[in-house]
Amino acid sequence: MLKFVVRRLVQLVPILLGLSLLVFAWVRALPGGPETALLGERATPARVAEVRRAYGLDRPLYQQYGSYMGRVVRLDFGQSIATQRSVASEIRRRFPATIELTLAAMVFAIGLGLPLGFLAARRAGTALDQLSMGGSLLGISVPVFFLAFILKYVFAVKLGWLPTVGRLDVLRTVSHPTGFYVLDAVLTLDFPTLVDALRHLVLPGIALGTIPLAIVTRITRAAVLEVVNEDYVRTARAKGLTAGVVNRRHVLKNAMLPITTVIGLQTGLLLSGAVLTEIVFAWGGMGSFLYQAVFDRDFPVLQGGILFLAVVFVLVNLLVDISYGLLDPRIRVR
Amino acid sequence: MSLAAAEAAALVVEEGGSLRRDAWQRLRRNPSAIMGAALIVVFVAVAVLAPVLAPYSPRAADLSGIRPGFVPGPSAAHWLGLDQQGRDELSRILYGARYSLLIGVVSLGLGASVGMLLGALAGAFGGWVDNLLMRLMDVMLAIPGLLFAIAVAAVLGRKLSSVMIAIAVVNVPIFARLLRSSMLSQRESDYVVAARSIGVSRWRIVVNHILPNAVAPVIVQATLALATAIIDAAGLAFLGLGSADPGTPEWGRMLAETQRYLQSSPQLAIFPGLAIVLSVVGFNLLGEALREALDPKLRR
Amino acid sequence: MTVSAAPLLEVSDLRVVFRRRGRADVVAVDGVSLTVEASSTVGIVGESGCGKSVTSLAVLGLLPRRGVEVTGSVRFRGEELLGRSESALAAIRGRELAMVFQDPMTSLNPVLTIGRQITEVLERHKSLAGADARAEAARLLSAVGISDGVRRLRQYPHQLSGGMRQRVMIAIALACQPVMLIADEPTTALDVTIQAQILELLRRLVIDSSSALVLITHDLGVIAGTAEVVHVMYAGRIVESASRRELFARPRHPYTAGLLASVPRLDQPRSDALHPIAGSPRDTLPWSSGCAFAPRCPRRLAECTDGAPALVADGFGHELRCINPVPVEVASP
Repeated sequence: MLKFVVRRLVQLVPILLGLSLLVFAWVRALPGGPETALLGERATPARVAEVRRAYGLDRPLYQQYGSYMGRVVRLDFGQSIATQRSVASEIRRRFPATIELTLAAMVFAIGLGLPLGFLAARRAGTALDQLSMGGSLLGISVPVFFLAFILKYVFAVKLGWLPTVGRLDVLRTVSHPTGFYVLDAVLTLDFPTLVDALRHLVLPGIALGTIPLAIVTRITRAAVLEVVNEDYVRTARAKGLTAGVVNRRHVLKNAMLPITTVIGLQTGLLLSGAVLTEIVFAWGGMGSFLYQAVFDRDFPVLQGGILFLAVVFVLVNLLVDISYGLLDPRIRVR
Repeated sequence: MSLAAAEAAALVVEEGGSLRRDAWQRLRRNPSAIMGAALIVVFVAVAVLAPVLAPYSPRAADLSGIRPGFVPGPSAAHWLGLDQQGRDELSRILYGARYSLLIGVVSLGLGASVGMLLGALAGAFGGWVDNLLMRLMDVMLAIPGLLFAIAVAAVLGRKLSSVMIAIAVVNVPIFARLLRSSMLSQRESDYVVAARSIGVSRWRIVVNHILPNAVAPVIVQATLALATAIIDAAGLAFLGLGSADPGTPEWGRMLAETQRYLQSSPQLAIFPGLAIVLSVVGFNLLGEALREALDPKLRR
Repeated sequence: MTVSAAPLLEVSDLRVVFRRRGRADVVAVDGVSLTVEASSTVGIVGESGCGKSVTSLAVLGLLPRRGVEVTGSVRFRGEELLGRSESALAAIRGRELAMVFQDPMTSLNPVLTIGRQITEVLERHKSLAGADARAEAARLLSAVGISDGVRRLRQYPHQLSGGMRQRVMIAIALACQPVMLIADEPTTALDVTIQAQILELLRRLVIDSSSALVLITHDLGVIAGTAEVVHVMYAGRIVESASRRELFARPRHPYTAGLLASVPRLDQPRSDALHPIAGSPRDTLPWSSGCAFAPRCPRRLAECTDGAPALVADGFGHELRCINPVPVEVASP
């Protein structure tokens, strides 16, 4: 198992090298280059030359890249141009928000998608099945910002039940030891803040969780349909096991193999790709942070942020592979 | 997704032409295929005929009815009402189909052809070519798709063409991997082994046997990718990364611009939103039906 | 008639129809009747697709409920099984009526240990749990000839050979001392050398526990040393029934005769060529328009396609569905 993990981590290295090169090249391809990003378009040539020297932009590209990578391996991503804070501290501040939102979305997607997909499979061909399959097709067809609009309109504007933006009520001042607001509220035993944080999570969670919900529902249905026709399920029934035991121990346990893969893949995608949802709901996570960095030409943030997200993405996939090994004894033994 | 599609391809080979005919029969009998095709036909017809169908110019503003915080809703003269700048909403939505279709088709065509070229090279040559290309694709796939598109669009500037290129770039690794994996599965198939054993040249095997059969999953993926392209184009426009001309009737931009009218005039967001959903549903329905038709194992 | 006189299993006029959307129904089992006495061994023989497996699945109620129509009667210990609820059937399955399936490669759950798959039956029907169940499972493994049971219990199916897995299947089936065991092609998927071992094991265990055995196979060789009564099925119907001795000595239905002629036999000179049955099971006539075997039958008469022959006693101890049976040789030279 350890060998497997190490091998996967080693495979990560070329991808990260490629990514860093790509981001490095991207910054230099931006109209005006990094110096324009730093100074704006109306800087004097003297000032530009000064900045180029200060940031090492006057050196040959390979030297620039080399010294950049030298800093990256020490986890020094430089300083944000926009906020003047270190990129690492910015990531530390934003990433918990993204994790929190992703978890909310996946709880919604799995909590609803797993039972729905299972029922759809067991009642394949019935109205319930067709409804859930039609619903999941619709789910992957609705742009997240339109869904967010509908959710906001119904639950915030019309019904007034839930807040539409941010992670907490703006009037609320609380301490954030971890940056996970729900966890913070639990740790500080701040019950009203807990409720407030959870209420703020509902709509963005649903908006972001809808596509994973659709995908989890479909893969669950497909996996269960595949497994119920397996010989060992017939054996389980021939043993006289109750329907509940057959479903849980024999059907679901085997169906979980492909479902786990999909859940992991979706989690990885959400952790790195919730740009639109975060913007629509003014959620201060990684997605909106990097989006702003593109417009600010804040290249240290982009370089560090994209590398960071790529590592997270690959690590989540590694976790999925490991859990796959735990679920399937045929893979465990090699 | 690609796995099922690859299996579909394998089946096409096994049973040759008769399966393709079967697939067509299955497709014709599938109600969701009919519905998807109908939605697509309507979408394309609207895009092509927008100048004929639209009652007004999408840019002509009639500010007489607009007051702060009030936008006239649907009426006999303006079926879907006016937008916040006094332009006819229906005409804008009809013209919006042109942008969606144009961006979708061009970006898909570009992304799929570059991707398939790379995939075919990797699949045909193997070895270090394959290795290098696939690692490159891995790198591209490790960047979140929309963020990647935003970054590309940021380099190329606010133009319609940069949106197209941005979405095309996201599609490249998907099609490259798909074609390569389905070519690899073809290469091991019995009939290719048989052809090789009787001395058919490698190049002829690739061109005459492997490629035509590996294309089935690509067709499925292309249909589904059109749906994604429309959503992504709308997303980029929503983020302000479309054409530099603020008057352009793009659905995503229309949705973004009306966020402030959420309370008073929700129809301004609902209509373009529905337009996006309906066209995307059309491609998704047809794509799913195609996949089912090409892979009998999926039918239950 | 007292209860004790009733046969253990009495199947009468069993009919299984698969309904397919948009296509013609398939009649998989077409009026099968047979009885199994307690502690007896019955063989059901036929080519694949003749309905023998479907018959056994129908008896246990293991066919899917939707799209399948099962009619007739299946009485087990005098009680009707057809139409029973899933939970009522589940109470009998594995405890009184057990089954061993064809392919041990796919019939065991790949993600559960061997031990778990045995103990879950004991848990369900014998209320054994924990260490007791594991001890019993180990004992069962040694009873089916698997040594080192304690270690095997912790292993997964993929770590065992095919023959080993079929032994595990048999251990599971016999865990609760069922009064009847149905074995559906129990040796087909195994190596020839293993086949004999598994058959011998089945025979011994069934004799030891005095349960009844229904052996379903396409291979007359499997039946040869085992069954007391043999039913031969073709296209969903029984075409000939007789005692094993009678059937092997004097096959009367041309299909049975064909099956026998196509089996290599040690008691015949090697110069005799094997005689496969002409055609394939696909060349079948619907019973509604005559004898289903007629298209492949060497003894076919014009009348064979006039209507389906009835199953009648021939006076030599056979029940037979044929109007032109193989003649009985009165005296062998």
